[in-house]
Amino acid sequence: MSGAEFVPLSLTPLLIGIFAAVACALPGNFLLLRRQALIGDAISHVVLPGIVVAFLLTGAIAAGPMLLGAAGAAVTAVILIEAVRRLGRIEPGAAMGVIFTTMFAGGVLLLEQTDTSTVHLDVEHALYGNLESLIWLDATGWSSLWDLEALRYLPPELPRMALTLLGVAAFIALFWRALKISTFDEGFARTLGIRTDLLGLALVIMAAIAAVAAFDAVGSIIVIAMFICPPAAARMMTNRLEAQIGWSVVFATLSAVLGYVLAGYGPLWLGAADAVSAAGMIATVSGVILAIAARFGPCRHRAGAPAGV
Amino acid sequence: MRQTVELVSNQGTTADQEMDTSPLAIRGLTVTYGEKPAVFSVDMTVEPGKMTAIIGPNGAGKSTLLKAALGIVPPVSGRVQVFGRPLEAMRARIAYVPQRASIDWDFPTRVIDVVMMGLYRELGLLGRIRGHHRTVARDCLDRVGMGDFADRQIGQLSGGQQQRVFLARALAQDADLYLLDEPFAGVDAATEKAIITVLKSLRAAGKSVVVVHHDLATVADYFDNVFLINTRKVAEGPVAEAFTPETLQAAYGGRLATAQIDQLAVVQG
Repeated sequence: MSGAEFVPLSLTPLLIGIFAAVACALPGNFLLLRRQALIGDAISHVVLPGIVVAFLLTGAIAAGPMLLGAAGAAVTAVILIEAVRRLGRIEPGAAMGVIFTTMFAGGVLLLEQTDTSTVHLDVEHALYGNLESLIWLDATGWSSLWDLEALRYLPPELPRMALTLLGVAAFIALFWRALKISTFDEGFARTLGIRTDLLGLALVIMAAIAAVAAFDAVGSIIVIAMFICPPAAARMMTNRLEAQIGWSVVFATLSAVLGYVLAGYGPLWLGAADAVSAAGMIATVSGVILAIAARFGPCRHRAGAPAGV
Repeated sequence: MRQTVELVSNQGTTADQEMDTSPLAIRGLTVTYGEKPAVFSVDMTVEPGKMTAIIGPNGAGKSTLLKAALGIVPPVSGRVQVFGRPLEAMRARIAYVPQRASIDWDFPTRVIDVVMMGLYRELGLLGRIRGHHRTVARDCLDRVGMGDFADRQIGQLSGGQQQRVFLARALAQDADLYLLDEPFAGVDAATEKAIITVLKSLRAAGKSVVVVHHDLATVADYFDNVFLINTRKVAEGPVAEAFTPETLQAAYGGRLATAQIDQLAVVQG
């Protein structure tokens, strides 16, 4: 494929896909180890009513209000989950399950009952996103990367997703040592003076930011898959957290690239005429990688029960 | 309920001289889980340079007392002073060993990395790990007899080995007050010996050691002082005075047969 075709049509969706996958996979590593992996699932579902309400209030699909609505919904959900957990005295997983299914269902109802079907805000868009449409038509080839005029017309999702990824990566790098200690041994972390409550909240908020930005760009399926699959597969490749993070980035990138290419060309190779959803294929590839790691990964045995005893 | 708690806690706020010198002084500490108090209006004064056992039946609030003293669980009321100053100012002088069972040992990390966690206060959030930090961590592992296991994943260790790694992490904290939660629970005899040797060497170096302990038979052998608790404080003092059939009966009630108590008194004598 020549640059003249690749740059305008495939470069930007590929980059957005990679950035979204990595931005979700990074906090996913910690959420998984903290038994909070479901948070990614919860956030990606609860943002739907927030986005619909933002659209109904403003009447336009503009990134600003949509992201605000999504963030508002995420915060509402976190508060509701805490309320259900404390008042109902049920475990956090169940509280999350109750809140996110209810809010997602509410969002779907709102979508169906209001006049939003004319715009491309619909359930399918929420689930699969629209990665393929994030093209850069002003590009004419690789040289456009140095062309300021063409760069002005980059899809806005690209810089937004890149910034999100930078923010998430910076947060984890900055608080690495405290995150690691408090994830491993929260009580001990507190005796060191680490504010584990604030740190845990900050982690969930960073995850929410990554989820909302990725949801906006690529839909909720990628968000859910990337919070769990690459970190879970990475855990089975190594017994060191540092290496696990590295593997998860590799797997997230691999899922995005392979999934995008397979979605675009896989059906053609099989003789079918149309491409399939890139988001769906990326999530599928991440699941296949997880399955392979679960079967062949060197550290797939739970070490919790001492070996040889 | 809240009113009584405050009344009781007020009684404990009279400052005394002991509070200024004790490694750990607790006054009027009450902790509740839901409605039920787990620790009720407890005063405790740890004697410096001694080994103290916290003893009581299951669910008597032993671990909770330790956790509340360390600020891990929030107390309803009460005051904690470490070497005569508020806890937050003295964190660098405290080392803590949590219960081994409270941790997910499948966590992806190596033995040496766990010990390095004990250097957090020295390293800070972003400080570079240097050669002498690694030397300190390896020395601490050697002291508990785990020097050969530095690069193992922690889940591959036996329970006793895991407990020794936790002790090595506490040693890396280089503290003056060591608080350990059930360090002898479910460990092999070799580990128990290794741990008690290290704790006695700490005492010999002038450090204060407080241990939540469940094995009544070893109390007289291992410890200088005891603190008996059953939600409320039952007794506190040197083993010869506070660890008696009467105080044990008061702490354990009917849960300890009279014959057992007599036997313990013999062990002690």
